[in-house]
Amino acid sequence: MSNRLLPSTVGLNGEFYAFLAQGELRLQRCSACGTWRHPPRFRCAHCGSNDLTWEPASGRGHVFSWTVTHRAVDPAFTPPYAILVVELEEGPRVVANLRGLEPSELVLGLPVVAEIEHASDTVGLLWFRPG
Amino acid sequence: MNDGGLGFGFGGRAAIVGIGETDYVRGAPFTPVELILQAADTAIADAGLTPADIDGIIPPPGYTTSEELAANFGIETLRFATTVHMGGASPTASLQHAAQAVSSGLADNVLVAFGWNGYSAFRPRPGVPQPRRGMDGSAVGDVVLDYYLPYGARSAAQFYSWIAMRHKLLYGTRDTDTGEIAVTFRAHAQLNERALMRGTPLTMDEYLDARWVSEPFRLYDCCLETDCAAAVVVSATDRARDMRHTPAVILAAAEGHPYPADDIANRPDIFRIGLTDAAPRALGAAGVRADELDFMQIYDCFTYVVLLQLEALGLCGRGEAGAFVRDGVLRLDGGALPTNTHGGLLSQGHMWGMNHVVEAVRQLRGDAGAAQVANAEIGCVTGWGDFGDGSIVVLGRDR
Repeated sequence: MSNRLLPSTVGLNGEFYAFLAQGELRLQRCSACGTWRHPPRFRCAHCGSNDLTWEPASGRGHVFSWTVTHRAVDPAFTPPYAILVVELEEGPRVVANLRGLEPSELVLGLPVVAEIEHASDTVGLLWFRPG
Repeated sequence: MNDGGLGFGFGGRAAIVGIGETDYVRGAPFTPVELILQAADTAIADAGLTPADIDGIIPPPGYTTSEELAANFGIETLRFATTVHMGGASPTASLQHAAQAVSSGLADNVLVAFGWNGYSAFRPRPGVPQPRRGMDGSAVGDVVLDYYLPYGARSAAQFYSWIAMRHKLLYGTRDTDTGEIAVTFRAHAQLNERALMRGTPLTMDEYLDARWVSEPFRLYDCCLETDCAAAVVVSATDRARDMRHTPAVILAAAEGHPYPADDIANRPDIFRIGLTDAAPRALGAAGVRADELDFMQIYDCFTYVVLLQLEALGLCGRGEAGAFVRDGVLRLDGGALPTNTHGGLLSQGHMWGMNHVVEAVRQLRGDAGAAQVANAEIGCVTGWGDFGDGSIVVLGRDR
């Protein structure tokens, strides 16, 4: 995993990944209206509030969509590999990789649970496995 | 039909008066700027103009600038310059800006010129020059870098697959439906001397047997990668009538953006694309339904992206696009809506759909050769770019 391209750790984005680096999946939530959102933004699109917090997410969700990549487009990944879009219980969707299941066995709506792995001092990354 | 005066203030009052394109090749001995200059030369001459007549320029987001093009052409008085940041939807969206400019008097003759090294950029090698600037993808770049790349998603084939996979599974689109698109456009390319895939036909069995790129996309679901350029000149329709060719009148144009435009994963409705919003506006302004068009040139970076756009154009309901194309409706040979008569990005070459615009003008002039649609009077061109930004222009023959 060490050779993966890692995200920028500047700004709101860095805050999201810093929690993951500590083993915590937290998502932005509006303090005024309670709306969850991801990726992080400066303002709540629902109510306009600038007052946002980072709240722990359950890590539980379901498979919303995916692709299975068969070409070596990224040297850090050995094809075939699945890239999931997971809809979390809280509402927002996250992109992540798959564990504990062959990509060919994926189905829409499959219940999954998050696993977090330390990638650097400032970044943790997400996997999901059936659960 | 061209005097409706609809279409956001310019409907019917602007026209494409000149077209130009380079060959579509895998490995050009020119930089994108040089290719753009070549295509622009052709378009300006085709309009019967000289570079000094150009007073507006819309270049692509990346590769060059209006400043660089004007300096090369010796255009000392540039009155209008802008750049559209919608990826592959930019050329068609640029036509609405050009139409606004010439119909409001901001400029007389606007050059819209696009070019790139879509093949060579990924394959650096001796003898093939690399440009100083590549594509400017900053409109969606942050989300890609921060949320997609760490998980091995770095190409359009992967990002768009998230939309296509869910759509295909929910609605039962058949492999042979996307195959119908690939095989049809390849058949059209056989009629086009400028198509990279002329001489290389494709059967349904070959389509189905091809390797996966990123599921649900197989090899022939993905467009070509080519070095090329294409350009048009837009002028006011009343002036266009004195120029060399029958004007291709811009009856209406519109752009649309999905929400949020910079992240596919978190869309409340992942099947609402930019064209979902733009198509009804443009078609309404032109006073035409999509099924009344004589031809369509649909942005076809991937077969499935064509299906999504057919639904957005109102040709069928959500989830019905597979069944809609199943019986050959898009074919030049017997189809009711001949589409991508030049072969498209899938089989002619990938010039961000500016090649679709050039082909549409040819059809309206009656210059499309073996691919000519009989009595072509009105058609549309669509664009798709970045994460599903959409653009559309409805073009009609002046009369």
